[in-house]
Amino acid sequence: MTGNRTIDPAAAEMLQRAEEMGISTAFSRAEEMKPCPIGSTGACCKNCAMGPCRLVGKHDRGICGATRETIAARNFARMVAAGASAHSDHGRDMALTLLAAAEGEAPDYEIRDVNKLLEVAQFLGVKTEGREAMEIAKETAEAALAQIGQQKGELLYLQRAPEKRQEIWRKAGVAPRGIDREVVELMHRTHVGTDQWYESILMAALRNALSDGWGGSMLATDITDILFGSPVPLTADVNMGALKEDEVNIVVHGHEPTLSEMILVAVRDPEMIEYAKSKGAKGINLTGICCTANETLMRQGVPTIGNFLSQELAMVTGAIELMIVDIQCIMQALVPLADQFHTRLITTSPKAHIEGATHVEFDEHRALEIAKEIVKMGIDNFPHRQDAHIPKEINHLVAGFSHEYINYALGGFYRGSFRPLNDAVIQGRLRGVAGVVGCNNPRTCHDASHEYITRELIKNDVLVAMTGCGAIAAAKYGLLSPEAAKYAGPGLREICETVGIPPVLHVGSCVDNARILTTLSQMATEGGLGEDIADLPAVGFAPEWMSEKAISIGSYCAGSGVYTIMGSESPLANSPLVDRFLSEGWEERIGGKLEFIADPEEAVEKALEHIDKKREALGLEEYDPSRFGRSGDRRMEEWLALLEKGEPVSLYREPRLK
Amino acid sequence: MSRYIATRAIRGANRIVKEAEDLFEKALAEHGPDTKVAFPNTGYYLPVILGITGTEVERLGGLKPVLEHARSLLHPVPKERFWTPYLGEALDCGIATLLAEEVIMGIRFVYGEQPERLPGFRLAGGTFTSPDESAQEAIEGRVNGPIDDIQLRSWGIQLVDGRMPGFAAIIGAAKSNEVAVKIVRELQMRNILVFLCGNVNGRSIIHQLMEEGVELGYDTYTVPFGTDTISAIYAAGFATRAALTFGGKKGGQTREIFLYNKFRVFAFGLALGEVDDLKYATAGGVISYGFPVIADTVIPEILPTGVTQYEHVISMPFDDIEGKDDLERATRLVQRCIEVRGVKVKIAEIPIPIPYGSAFEGERVKRADMRIEFGGKYSRAFEYLRMRGLDEVEDGKIEIVGPGFEDVEEGGYMDLGIVVEVAGRKMQEDFEPVLERQIHYFINGASGVQHIGQRDIAWIRVSKSAAEKGLTLRHFGDILYARFHSDFEAIVDKVQVTIYTEPEELKKWLEIARAAYDVRNKRLVEMTDESVDTFYSCTLCQSFAPNHVCVVSPERLGLCGAYNWLDCKASHQINPTGPNQPVPKGEPLDSDQGYWQGPINFVYEHSNHTVERVSMYSIMENPMTACGCFECIAMVIPEANGIMVVSREDPSMTPAGMTFSTLAGMAGGGLQTPGVMGVGKYYLASKKFIKPDGGFKRVVWMSSFLKESMAEELKAVAEREGDPDLIDRIADERYVTTVEELLPWLEEHDHPALKMPPIL
Ligand code: SF4
Ligand code: SF4
Ligand code: SF4
Ligand code: SF4
Repeated sequence: MTGNRTIDPAAAEMLQRAEEMGISTAFSRAEEMKPCPIGSTGACCKNCAMGPCRLVGKHDRGICGATRETIAARNFARMVAAGASAHSDHGRDMALTLLAAAEGEAPDYEIRDVNKLLEVAQFLGVKTEGREAMEIAKETAEAALAQIGQQKGELLYLQRAPEKRQEIWRKAGVAPRGIDREVVELMHRTHVGTDQWYESILMAALRNALSDGWGGSMLATDITDILFGSPVPLTADVNMGALKEDEVNIVVHGHEPTLSEMILVAVRDPEMIEYAKSKGAKGINLTGICCTANETLMRQGVPTIGNFLSQELAMVTGAIELMIVDIQCIMQALVPLADQFHTRLITTSPKAHIEGATHVEFDEHRALEIAKEIVKMGIDNFPHRQDAHIPKEINHLVAGFSHEYINYALGGFYRGSFRPLNDAVIQGRLRGVAGVVGCNNPRTCHDASHEYITRELIKNDVLVAMTGCGAIAAAKYGLLSPEAAKYAGPGLREICETVGIPPVLHVGSCVDNARILTTLSQMATEGGLGEDIADLPAVGFAPEWMSEKAISIGSYCAGSGVYTIMGSESPLANSPLVDRFLSEGWEERIGGKLEFIADPEEAVEKALEHIDKKREALGLEEYDPSRFGRSGDRRMEEWLALLEKGEPVSLYREPRLK
Repeated sequence: MSRYIATRAIRGANRIVKEAEDLFEKALAEHGPDTKVAFPNTGYYLPVILGITGTEVERLGGLKPVLEHARSLLHPVPKERFWTPYLGEALDCGIATLLAEEVIMGIRFVYGEQPERLPGFRLAGGTFTSPDESAQEAIEGRVNGPIDDIQLRSWGIQLVDGRMPGFAAIIGAAKSNEVAVKIVRELQMRNILVFLCGNVNGRSIIHQLMEEGVELGYDTYTVPFGTDTISAIYAAGFATRAALTFGGKKGGQTREIFLYNKFRVFAFGLALGEVDDLKYATAGGVISYGFPVIADTVIPEILPTGVTQYEHVISMPFDDIEGKDDLERATRLVQRCIEVRGVKVKIAEIPIPIPYGSAFEGERVKRADMRIEFGGKYSRAFEYLRMRGLDEVEDGKIEIVGPGFEDVEEGGYMDLGIVVEVAGRKMQEDFEPVLERQIHYFINGASGVQHIGQRDIAWIRVSKSAAEKGLTLRHFGDILYARFHSDFEAIVDKVQVTIYTEPEELKKWLEIARAAYDVRNKRLVEMTDESVDTFYSCTLCQSFAPNHVCVVSPERLGLCGAYNWLDCKASHQINPTGPNQPVPKGEPLDSDQGYWQGPINFVYEHSNHTVERVSMYSIMENPMTACGCFECIAMVIPEANGIMVVSREDPSMTPAGMTFSTLAGMAGGGLQTPGVMGVGKYYLASKKFIKPDGGFKRVVWMSSFLKESMAEELKAVAEREGDPDLIDRIADERYVTTVEELLPWLEEHDHPALKMPPIL
């Protein structure tokens, strides 16, 4: 029964194995337990002990009198608050790590990207001239923390948006004042008997989401770049075939790079490798799952064995000695699952304990020491490996597209700019751009929507940027390889061949969606495509979303002016008014909108329609792929092939294949 | 990019940087780090290096950091599969290539290997005064090498006034000699400057053109740089200096320099024949300037735009170009190049049997090649243009009064009078001299015809080959008719040309013309800044120097020498929204100091608010800015209590301790620098010349070229100043090139400046 569960052959193989072993997985549980039909439409409220109230049938008010609208809006708002808090708390931890590093208390960390530090310092108003990097880093960390705790005024990063966007935010009253404050306030507003007008609740939710995108997430990304380097393109492997039969397999899973970067140092330590050998292994193989994987993939090229729904399946291989997890998206199911194999599950975050797992608390002050301790546990576990089965499935991808690199890629050190990208959109080589992000969800076929939507978009000459589990999904099907240009429309293919990029760009983890914002912002200010993100022929998708973070991301994308499509039935379906407000209401007030569309075909159709509408509004030429596709290496390759074959060729004549 | 191109460019870059490093080590060992490294006659050191890195390399040792920087820009070649992006990387490698190439050329100069030797080659070039002056002919047996600053500046003005739409850097060798000549002719016809370099298997387009007897040199807009790819660096050097000279950019403002070129310098590369790694690598560098590259062979194309304005790389396999023969294909190729760069070419169709274009303006006809001569030593020629009533001119009528030159023996001469009569509703008498002066350019544009002088000192030669192709006197009329209509359509409705060779008629018309010249002379001389209430602006040069504004008054002409007050007035009439706008004088704030509210406001508005106050006359206080096209630079010599004036023809050292080229860097770019000012040379003779600072008597040193070429005018100035020997009291480069020498010289010659109040 794996037919419509996944399109990933490795996952299918492991699902089969799990079934044979009688192991339950998210896939099987999802089949056994259908979603609650009331909750799934946002019809229930359990915000106080008078309830839970279910506003279905003849009930159109809760005990307190709350309407369907209020309840749906509150449910949505609380998802935003939870998601934003997750990202922003992650950002806080990064800032604290930077602070500790700058103060010399975390000796295993350093400033790997000084340029980025200077750039961020400038945004945060930290003086840089004539100062030591560590001094700047300290104040930058403090300034970042101050942003998170800021109570009044406006977040400094809002300046990174086009001026027009900033004005729209101010006018609509959604310019975030701080980061923590917006979460707290949103929780307050949704407490029983507080904000009880859906429009007001949803605008507040928007402000909170923006404090994530242009605040917590953006800080997290920037500081991670400072500490671990801004990504530049590199080649890596993806899918479970990256697990090794004869090496100690250690998997990092979760979100924060602070520990995983240290684990990487530890597994490369010759002493550790020797130790592994002493235990009969050929070496130590580090791989990742979910966004920790994305972080180490983007910067270090560590292979990724899967996305959210692969976490259990990877364990089912029986080949994993040790899985190290930190925060977010870690299924509690891993604990009983690990018990079925020799695998050890190590929790590390003081914020994320799981009953039954071994907890080795991570402390950045002794980072490497702890990392080695953990790795050693994995090595010690190698001799216990029993019947293991590793799927052969493996693919290759090119990752590492920070917006700084994209800028460089389009012109080099001296001429880097977004001009070529904008030109491509203006001329119609690119019909538009899209972000496809987010999770997996066992309620729909694993990876299928990601794969379909991405493929359709590039076929239609839409350049795609991806993050999170979506990026891993597309990578598994070869869409993140430069050779995937052959699946792209003629215009996009020309751009890929010109720059050497894949048609789908991996820009990082879930917090790195902030990179999409800065990229769009740069496109809007480069010229020729209007003056606001909302003017761009751009769309966002979260086709298989499941986490609350995804709702926050979707909201801040919409809040930044992007048409964002969430791939599911609406979780607010009980209140069509609220649904419409997220779409039409937001669009009217801030230019972007959020819609829930479960059918991927319809989603693509609407997205392309939107892109064409924006193109028309900009007065750009109508999209016509037949005009493009002449450039590139093909003709030269043909010519060389003829030469090779000993056919008569002339430099002055096009090759003519018989 | 394409992966193929990126791979080859990156490979080529890695190799050339290594080659430069090796050569550098060798030179260092053989000559030592203190050996001077320089290109001749430029104030911009090694210009590409200066532009890109901001380093002023003067000595061999200074090349080391340049090479280190070049190395830091290198990248490995893209992989065969799962490659990472290569566009930015390949462009960086292109920059590394340019740096390495310039390093190599700098060192080759140390070894005396540049300009490259080419046995049997003879450069047609240099500033020329007479077609027979063989002493002016450049050094034999060497190609041109880098373009000097003097030439750069003189082309500058043509680049801005549209006479020269851009430049083409041709690299390699054409499919045949015939094609080579055709391509160059096509470019010349469009007045596009042609740079020549590179080879294919040892054979260069320079060889091809040489074999076909095509004259190469500054005068024909064709500059042979060298027969290897490395010499293409001189084209990049020219482009870099354009940004530094006219754009006011500083060395190290790399991105700005590149963007200036992308938006303002219309240039492209044309790769003829096989493209090898080094050519790809060099192209990678050239693309950063925003210049596209077109090849006549099969290479991958890069059609998306962005780094360049239009397509980046275009391949037009020569034999696939539609056309009945190779010549037609060559024409099409050039047409496509022009499209790709977006070069705007205005070309009037002139119905004559010889090629026509400004590129032929500089051509000279040597006595040996001459069919006939009008004017000069043995005969007389004059030109006269007058306006008539609309019903007095028969449009298109061209009449020859007297015999043609068919019967004159080869190499002979005859008298000639050209009378042009124009009519138009907007025509004014004031425009007559302006239009008349165009006759020089118009006639000169014909290939094989040489025109010098004006009025009754005109001097025209027709070459044998032009005559063989069927050129007759009537064609002069055709040229003038076509050009006056196309260039002055706003004011000229009817044109009629009469050409006189019949002695009696000619004599009669010469009298009429001379009377008119006289009236005009007086009118111009009599006109003063006080006698008019409107000055004119010229912002033509803003296409190059965005903050520069010339204010032209009757007593101060534009610094390029090409526009006086009447010209501006006429040009405003011709094109009311053009670069010459009336500037009402407005409130006189202090007219002796040259301050009027009108010009001050106008300049502030049109200099992007960078020049807050401008004096019409002073060099010391709020001097007028300069774009880079100046004929002369005036500069204060505080020790001598006066100023010196150096002309752009003068390459010598001056008492300011700098040559014209170096000084130009300080004077240009639209900045106000008290004590330094770019001027048109006839401003020296004006009563208003630095009037607030003491006037002409302040001139303590001037290039001898000025003394000679303006002898008459300066004599009048000396008399006006009440000191007939004044000019002889002024030092020049023949006697004095340092400040130390200057003072005793002035004492000895009793120069009045020494007794004037302190200039500072
Ligand atoms: S109605 Fe609400 S509270 Fe009740 S089960 Fe469904 S989701 Fe949960
Ligand atoms: S807040 Fe209102 S709607 Fe919600 S549970 Fe309480 S009473 Fe019911
Ligand atoms: S994309 Fe979704 S499932 Fe994947 S790591 Fe991010 S939040 Fe978790
Ligand atoms: S008058 Fe001034 S602005 Fe006009 S062309 Fe001459 S130098 Fe340039």
